[in-house]
Amino acid sequence: MARAIIQVPARAKRGEIIELRALIGHVMETGFRRTESGSLVPRDIIRQLVCSYNGAEVFRADFHPAIAANPLITFTTVATESGRIEFRWTGDNDFSATESAPITVE
Amino acid sequence: MILGSPAGAQTPPAERRSGYEFMGPDTRAMQDDDATNPGMLWVLDGESLWKRKAGSADKACAECHQDMKGVAARYPALRSGKLINLDQRINACRVEQQKAPALQLESRELLALSAYVGRQSRGLPIDIAVPEQAKPFLESGRAAFNRRQGQLNLSCTQCHDGLAGNKLAGNPIPQAHPTGYPIYRLEWQGMGSLQRRLRNCMIGVRAEPYAYGSSEFVELEYYLMWRARGMKLETPAVRP
Repeated sequence: MARAIIQVPARAKRGEIIELRALIGHVMETGFRRTESGSLVPRDIIRQLVCSYNGAEVFRADFHPAIAANPLITFTTVATESGRIEFRWTGDNDFSATESAPITVE
Repeated sequence: MILGSPAGAQTPPAERRSGYEFMGPDTRAMQDDDATNPGMLWVLDGESLWKRKAGSADKACAECHQDMKGVAARYPALRSGKLINLDQRINACRVEQQKAPALQLESRELLALSAYVGRQSRGLPIDIAVPEQAKPFLESGRAAFNRRQGQLNLSCTQCHDGLAGNKLAGNPIPQAHPTGYPIYRLEWQGMGSLQRRLRNCMIGVRAEPYAYGSSEFVELEYYLMWRARGMKLETPAVRP
């Protein structure tokens, strides 16, 4: 039940700076915690978020264990053309999630 | 140092404030926007579970129920003479109508369903009925709230009625109104029920916490929700 909530403005003017938000459900296990018996809980984190705008990469973020569970990332990009903005998360244990939303640019 | 107010001295109704108002602006902003509220991840999961067929009756919740507006604001409530909370009511439907096994208390699925149902009452006032047969349960919950317990020998009312607004270990003491359950607690980095939060409180005063699903817990929830009657539900809330 991996879930992501993204926020992309439905419409924007050409050249306008738009804010994009991406929230994903993920445990982000740091790899530094120990169980009650002392054994290490293995690292299980998201490693990367890539945002593509009509296939072209506009934003990339490398995640590290310091990032809390269910991470939210907010960033901006320039609205250039109508199409689709796609978010792709990849991480440990072959974790992969994708969400996308359309945008209309006038 | 004399702690708190005498047992039974309650926060006057007009002075009641949700835990929301004791939080910093960043945490409040996180709750206010559905795109940033991590509790919404559970609400979305709850929405898919709601539509999924389950059990030997092969039924989905959506097949019998329309919207659940107002439901979460009325629980805990009496059902056939027994006091139950929303999680238990959801499980009753699962077992009786869907003929599926009950979901484990505090499981991801049950929290998701209760968050989904609760979300639909957001903004509505908490509306707890206390019919004659329920009065003993309310009194039992009230007694639990006022009773000193644990190694630290503290009662809930001492801090949450008498000292709300002051600080404990640097953190503001809220009035303890369950206005947003199930909550996304930043300390847990996850979702939890009111019972999970109450366990934390009891462990905090070094008392043996009640078991999940126990009648002591449901009666205390009942009293707390009744104490918060009229206040608006914020489910799913974010709390530090």
